[in-house]
Amino acid sequence: MAAQFKRIQLDAYYSKYLQRGRRPDGRALDAFRKTILNVGSIRTADGSALVRLGNTTVVCGVKAELAAPRPDAPTKGYVVPNVELPAMCGPDFRPGPPAELAQVTSQLMLDVVRHSGCVSEERLCVADGELVWVLYCDVVCLAYDGNLADACVVALLAALTNTRLPAVTLDDETKRERVDADVRVPLDVLSYPVATSFAVVDERVLLADPNAEEESLATAVVTVVTLESGQLCIVHKPGGSPIALEEMERCIELSLARAKQIRQLEKETRLSLER
Amino acid sequence: MENIRCQPSSLTRPDGSATFYEGDTTVVAAVYGPTEVKLSKEQIDKATVEVTFKPKQGLPGCAEKAKESMIRSTCESALLCMLHPRTAVNIVLQEMQDSGSLLSCCINAACQALMNAGVSMRFVVAAVSCVLDSEDQIVLFPELKQEQDAKAKMTFVFASNSNNVVLATSSGIISPKLFQKCLITSQEAGTKTFELYRDWLSKQN
Repeated sequence: MAAQFKRIQLDAYYSKYLQRGRRPDGRALDAFRKTILNVGSIRTADGSALVRLGNTTVVCGVKAELAAPRPDAPTKGYVVPNVELPAMCGPDFRPGPPAELAQVTSQLMLDVVRHSGCVSEERLCVADGELVWVLYCDVVCLAYDGNLADACVVALLAALTNTRLPAVTLDDETKRERVDADVRVPLDVLSYPVATSFAVVDERVLLADPNAEEESLATAVVTVVTLESGQLCIVHKPGGSPIALEEMERCIELSLARAKQIRQLEKETRLSLER
Repeated sequence: MENIRCQPSSLTRPDGSATFYEGDTTVVAAVYGPTEVKLSKEQIDKATVEVTFKPKQGLPGCAEKAKESMIRSTCESALLCMLHPRTAVNIVLQEMQDSGSLLSCCINAACQALMNAGVSMRFVVAAVSCVLDSEDQIVLFPELKQEQDAKAKMTFVFASNSNNVVLATSSGIISPKLFQKCLITSQEAGTKTFELYRDWLSKQN
């Protein structure tokens, strides 16, 4: 009976739960799903991480390549994030050109890297005007169950922290680079941004870490990216139903608390790897 | 606020059009709708809103897609889409000149064009651009140089009925307290913008 009701009137089904301050999956309105992090599992990548946020599974691989710098920034390397939503991650995704969600999330990742200063572009420079490191960060979603942004940012930062670059020297005479793949230097990650997303359902109720079902019902989505210093890096509410200023404040408070949890998780994962 | 101007009905063919000026930044918006929709995009209970943003130079890329997505979500919440099921409302925006505050100019132009087309709306929207400069001072509707040198860039969109936040995007490192301050300052600017809209409409009629 409940299954039929859910199928036919998903919004009324959800209203009945939300009135009692709970969601159908048992979580409180401001509770997050179980987060699992695994780093360094892809040996062919210079850095990698696998994140499971509830059922949403995302893997990030970082490949470092040497290239000539961009003409407008001769002393800086660069980071190229790319998010892919292949057809296997969910029934709503088809093979072909990238879905809008993939493009929007890729843009968000680029903004996170640029504005948080997590990777120093100057330090990626090997030889001014001639040789720089380019970090290609490919994030592939293996299973989509909502909240892609949060999972992707955790995966990206964990993969970057896991990245080890080979030592490079540029021979002044021959102008050829010498790469020593056996000597590996960990990439300097200067700050650790964490993204937290919320869905607004029924134009009033704020749900933290929405799953795919809740996202389909959402009238608006808010993503807040925070740094360890307690400062905001990105706030992203791309339209949707209006929310009051107090609700915005609440999102920021919850994000700061959640970010602490994620950084703790990353630290524990990294330490357990080193043991 | 003195540099904000609007030229409604600037184009003759679309159902509604407007050219919006924020200082030197100029965006032309055209609205066609409610009109026929492609079967794959048809929604049985409401109108489908489609936004196309054309940059002045180059081919549209990921950044343009992200802009289109934001403008679409803003217009979808503002329009009474349920009044026009199985139709499409097409909004086309052409960047004429970018001297800072481009996103807010686009959204304001889209809103004016929708009003010009007479599509029923739940509320009208006012977009405000705001930056935090190197001395932690709040600057509204910044110019290009101010935007490039800023510590943090923000765009907020407010609804006319409740003054609540329809859209908020912020990039750059900023403390939550300063962010709230920028939000409140932008909200006040939004209220002034709504008064401007009323002025313009009353002058037209």
